[in-house]
Amino acid sequence: MVKTELNIEQIRKDFPVLHQEVNGKPLVYFDNAASTQKPKVVIDRVADYYSNEHSNIHRGVHSLSAAATEEYELARKTVQAHFNAEFDHEIIFTKGTTDGINLVANGFAKSFLKEGDEVIVSELEHHSNIVPWQMACEQTGAILKVIPITDSGEWIMEEFHNLLSDKTKIVAVNHVSNALGTINPITEVIEAAHSKGIPVLLDGAQAVPHMAVDVQALDCDFYVLSGHKLFGPTGIGVLYGKEEWLNKLPPYQGGGDMIKTVSFEKTTYNDLPFKFEAGTPNIAGVLGLKSAIDYVNEIGLDAIAEYEQELLEYGTEKLSQIEGLKIYGTAKNKASVISFLLDGIHPYDAGTILDKLGIAVRTGHHCTQPVMTRFGIPGTVRASFAFYNTKEEIDALYEGLLRVKKMFS
Amino acid sequence: MSINERQDELIEEFSMFDDWMEKYEYIIDLGKDVKGIPEDIKSEDYLVRGCQSRVWLIPSKEEEKLHFQADSDAIITKGIVGMVVRVLSNSTADEILKSDLYFVDKIGLKEHLSPTRSNGLVSMIKKIKTYALAYSAKAN
Repeated sequence: MVKTELNIEQIRKDFPVLHQEVNGKPLVYFDNAASTQKPKVVIDRVADYYSNEHSNIHRGVHSLSAAATEEYELARKTVQAHFNAEFDHEIIFTKGTTDGINLVANGFAKSFLKEGDEVIVSELEHHSNIVPWQMACEQTGAILKVIPITDSGEWIMEEFHNLLSDKTKIVAVNHVSNALGTINPITEVIEAAHSKGIPVLLDGAQAVPHMAVDVQALDCDFYVLSGHKLFGPTGIGVLYGKEEWLNKLPPYQGGGDMIKTVSFEKTTYNDLPFKFEAGTPNIAGVLGLKSAIDYVNEIGLDAIAEYEQELLEYGTEKLSQIEGLKIYGTAKNKASVISFLLDGIHPYDAGTILDKLGIAVRTGHHCTQPVMTRFGIPGTVRASFAFYNTKEEIDALYEGLLRVKKMFS
Repeated sequence: MSINERQDELIEEFSMFDDWMEKYEYIIDLGKDVKGIPEDIKSEDYLVRGCQSRVWLIPSKEEEKLHFQADSDAIITKGIVGMVVRVLSNSTADEILKSDLYFVDKIGLKEHLSPTRSNGLVSMIKKIKTYALAYSAKAN
């Protein structure tokens, strides 16, 4: 047994939302893959900003604006350092993962895709890494190609290698699957794609809360993520892009801040990163995200990863003891996500009773309908753990599921 | 029996239960009792949108009264749609259109009435009222 170095009891005190009763029972929050809870430092940062520091950023001549601009740009440097990007202008603030993928897909549709070209995604993708590419393909006549998965929820790499061709213009895949928890072999994907000069976009929404990510070591061309899954505020996300790619991509939205000069004849666009940040950005979100990243780093992502693996192992073993429970997603490398079904019980029924017991899980297709179709199921119950969860909470889920079984037998 | 009498009957049945557990066990029992719809008739046309579980509602008309058959792949949802059908079936289109379903609140299932709730109770009621409206328009 790995000994955890985290003081979970202390950590839980940092998250106000965890200390409440739901339906008369202590809340067990196992819906972290949908959104994580916020530590007090993040909540306070956002409140402080609005209470004492708010002003619009960039170009303001007055002190408040200058200070807010400085904080905003400091946050960009924090994000750059956290993901080890080469330059801070490679960090674009977005609304979230979906927004980041749309930005890149849109740019590819405008500038790089043409009829007969191919875009590779995988069967494991969230709808937000399928639909923007489908739309780009519809606009350009390009074709979407899909890496299939095995029964354990892992990419069939042989098929991936076969899909790569001269026609492939981009590979857009997730780092970690939201529905099944699979940690995908992205290094192999990036190496293979790059050997043919093909760029790779990684959807890192489900990876960044669980592990340290180094975009230069990965050598990915784009990496997208959401702040709210990383203990930060909603409505803020990050698109990392290699400088050369971001320079090549056309602007996504037009407006203030993304321009150098505007006349009715011709507008010239601003340099990176502002070219992609049209309009007043989510300043409070950016500052909150910085606090979230600082908080996570204080605890340490390696310690977090280790503890979450312990929770995953414990949960997998515990839930496997329940007769008739089947876990979907049994890859060797998994993040702390357990997707499962109880024999003959609809996920909605199970989720409803668990909620009555104060246990928050997600039920349904998790925005991954192709995955559910692949397994021939309507959806699953998904319990996803964060570092503030405990084994006692997993025991509560286990007991809750026994109760569910009894009620629906 | 009128729609309100049937609602009152359901309210009385639920008044026997003190806690949520017993209520849900009863809803599950009601769900198991719903006759359901044969697989080959469950078409997209009868599917109620807006539910996390799949719900089908099929209307029919006998003399002036509308009847509904219902089914769902989730038992709790089946129990809930079963209650709605039990209250609204065997009524005229006009009665259905004018009905106010207060029983949901009274039996302590108000949380299910929120439009964002994924079981789509609101969608079920809307679908039945849409059917009623269609029959009523046809009759006129």
